[in-house]
Amino acid sequence: MKVILRNPRREIEVSGKRRVKELLLELDIPAGTVLVIRGDELLTGDTVVGDEDVLEVRPVMSGGGA
Amino acid sequence: MKCRKCGGSAALELRRHNAAFCSPHFVEFFKKQVAEAIHKHRMFTRDEPVLVAVSGGKDSLALWDVLIEDGYRTAGLYLDLGIFDYSRESRARCEAFASARGQKLHVERVAEAVGAPIPEVQKVTRRPTCSACGLSKRYLMNRAALEHGYAVVATGHNLDDEAATLFGSVLHWQTEALPRQSPALASTHAKLARRVKPLYRLSEFETAAYAFLRRIDYIVEECPFAKGATSLAHKEVLNRLEEVSPGAKHNFLFGFLDKARAAFERLEDVQLRECSACGQVTTGEICAFCKLAAQVKRRTGPSSAAPSMVE
Repeated sequence: MKVILRNPRREIEVSGKRRVKELLLELDIPAGTVLVIRGDELLTGDTVVGDEDVLEVRPVMSGGGA
Repeated sequence: MKCRKCGGSAALELRRHNAAFCSPHFVEFFKKQVAEAIHKHRMFTRDEPVLVAVSGGKDSLALWDVLIEDGYRTAGLYLDLGIFDYSRESRARCEAFASARGQKLHVERVAEAVGAPIPEVQKVTRRPTCSACGLSKRYLMNRAALEHGYAVVATGHNLDDEAATLFGSVLHWQTEALPRQSPALASTHAKLARRVKPLYRLSEFETAAYAFLRRIDYIVEECPFAKGATSLAHKEVLNRLEEVSPGAKHNFLFGFLDKARAAFERLEDVQLRECSACGQVTTGEICAFCKLAAQVKRRTGPSSAAPSMVE
């Protein structure tokens, strides 16, 4: 599957089926710090994703202390 | 995963509430949290016009969206920080948002007020960028509210922002900052607008999810100056805690607000006066913003002469 990461924007390829929460664990991204998006839907941690999927992992953290 | 309300397929899971929601029921949950915040802290009434400070990011546009949807009288305020493409793109999103919903958007340029855009201010003053930016924002938000006749300014600060600020204050025992940490700061001077944070009950994840589900076109890119900011390090620490202990951020912030804040409030006895240079509210002779503007003028102007009134 293609996984699009942001800030900075980059793409990685991941092969094989797995749950979204397992994918985030492999990428060392704490759950709740990103939206996982497939097309126009949000995916929950138990959603199984596979090779044909294109996912965007969008960080939700913002701010700089202002 | 099933929606807690209808049993349909869930769009997202909220571990701190031990719940999952489908898209429509999450939007309903989100609006209820905002309504409860407004009601509990008497932030504003339906008759009061509210100035919503918008940055083009998920939080402030989500807030503006909820308030419009709930029938509040609002206008937006965009502060153009002059941060290269980031400011151009964030302003474009605010303008598009306002235009699509028929809302008024006030725009203030920081460079006009302080004498230089934020990147230049950072260079010439050597202050941390977020410090000069935050100071300018607070000053200009209040000034714009007074000039345009709004008694209240609403900002998009969320639960994560508030928890991270509290964490930073406690880490350094900045007890003078603790009483000011509140979802609603009353006006304590005729020239001071009320400041409210209707999203303080909602996490960053929840505001991002709301913005996505409502199809709000917000700027995902981070401010180029935010990298390395201490507040983001505090957020990361709290996120790691939240991962192993869902609800940790909520308990930290709400425990402070419910049980501890009042004890620090009693310590605060601030005398407010009007800045002798600009007339805005301050605690000293000259406000911090005028001092910053004078410093910028002195270091960027054609001569090295500084305005005597603010020296």
